[in-house]
Amino acid sequence: MVGIVGYGSYLPRYRIKVDEIAKQWGRDAEAVRRGLLLKEKTVPALDEDTITISVEAARNALRRAEIDPADIGAVYIGSESHPYAVKPSGTVVAEALGVVPEVHIADYEFACKAGTEAMFVAFSLVSADQMKYALAIGADTSQGAPGDALEFSASAGGSAFIFGKDKIVAELLHTYSYTTDTPDFWRREGAFYPLHGGRFTGQPAYFKHILGAGEGILKKSGLKASDFNYAVFHMPNGKFPLTVGKKLGFKREQLEPGWVVPLMGNTYSGSSPTGFSATLDIAKKGDMILLVSFGSGAGSDAFIFKVTERIDEVRDKADKVRDMLETNRIYLDYGHYAKFRGKIIMND
Amino acid sequence: MPSPRYHREMPQRYRLEAAKCSGCGRVAFPPRMVCNCGSRDFKGEKVSDYGKILTFTTIRVAPKDFETEVPYSVAIVESDNGVRVTTQVVDCKPNELEIGKKVKFVFRKLYTEGHTGIICYGYKAILI
Repeated sequence: MVGIVGYGSYLPRYRIKVDEIAKQWGRDAEAVRRGLLLKEKTVPALDEDTITISVEAARNALRRAEIDPADIGAVYIGSESHPYAVKPSGTVVAEALGVVPEVHIADYEFACKAGTEAMFVAFSLVSADQMKYALAIGADTSQGAPGDALEFSASAGGSAFIFGKDKIVAELLHTYSYTTDTPDFWRREGAFYPLHGGRFTGQPAYFKHILGAGEGILKKSGLKASDFNYAVFHMPNGKFPLTVGKKLGFKREQLEPGWVVPLMGNTYSGSSPTGFSATLDIAKKGDMILLVSFGSGAGSDAFIFKVTERIDEVRDKADKVRDMLETNRIYLDYGHYAKFRGKIIMND
Repeated sequence: MPSPRYHREMPQRYRLEAAKCSGCGRVAFPPRMVCNCGSRDFKGEKVSDYGKILTFTTIRVAPKDFETEVPYSVAIVESDNGVRVTTQVVDCKPNELEIGKKVKFVFRKLYTEGHTGIICYGYKAILI
């Protein structure tokens, strides 16, 4: 049996409301709230980045796993906002966790599904008996150009998952990936903000790939939507995951525990992993959970988990996602948000 | 900070690693080679992730690397296992700090060496 030994998330305390961004650009806040089903989003502090978010999420995963960090054989971080162009985020994270030096490290990049890529490889290495434990993290301080629709959703946060063969919290039963060359969203080398294909990001990109992966894993496993207690889909906005869930036959109550986007925004590589983490926070022994990510470019990774009785032992050993979302919030005006996100050009 | 010094200090800055004197039991943070009692025999000990504020001050005129962060607070925190640590307290306004308030150590960026240099990380504290 291979699965998740420990899981943990981290979300910054700073927030900006959709209304504040809409006011800045003369947009109709009510229309944005209704159209995207978003209320507010997380904002990284001046001293937070993908590395600091990854360390905090991984420390929460270690609190639940209760293993010696030195037994971790790989640290993989998926993100599209790695602080260095050349120097892996994983080196800093592994050093901070006390995992070095006998560890394999790599940074992953695949738009919003880089986190589940890391999970897929970590699971595969443990399954192949290459190592006792492997740590996979999806984290981002997402970029969105000022005034672009993405600015309403692009947020910060991440989740970490330690895979192993003992002390399992959720067994990973099936995986499935679905990938094509679809230029729906991209950022060229050196460009500060990403670009996207507007409505082309919907049907030919998000829906095609999530439905492809979702239908594929259901067929592979022989399971149907009603066999699951919960499902989590990538959350670029509030509406898309509810729509794709309905298309796959899931009911609203199966989606709601992991539907964290109205208060969190889109944490890119940390989006569906954090929805999954929030679902584990309320799951019980025997619960079945479907997780399907989406990364522009484009592709989806799908996973089917079965929760074990150990969930009750570990749940309260680290901060829960809903607690982080709903408490200790510090709201920013647009000026401070622009400063925090480095949108103001400064002299050296 | 030059890269070699930053690299040498990672155990204490990243993982809050302290040193406990085998002679008198005093915990040194950051670790040191010789204890006040004269002993050179230390055992590794980690500073607890939690503590309380012993005293604090607010910085309003900051060194160049920290000018964009003013006003910010620096406190002496006593960890739950009795180690005193000088640290920045973040994610709060200076008027929210009080002596005795509980804090948690977190991993944050300390500063960056301009737009092209290394990014230096380490511990800070947040109110809980």
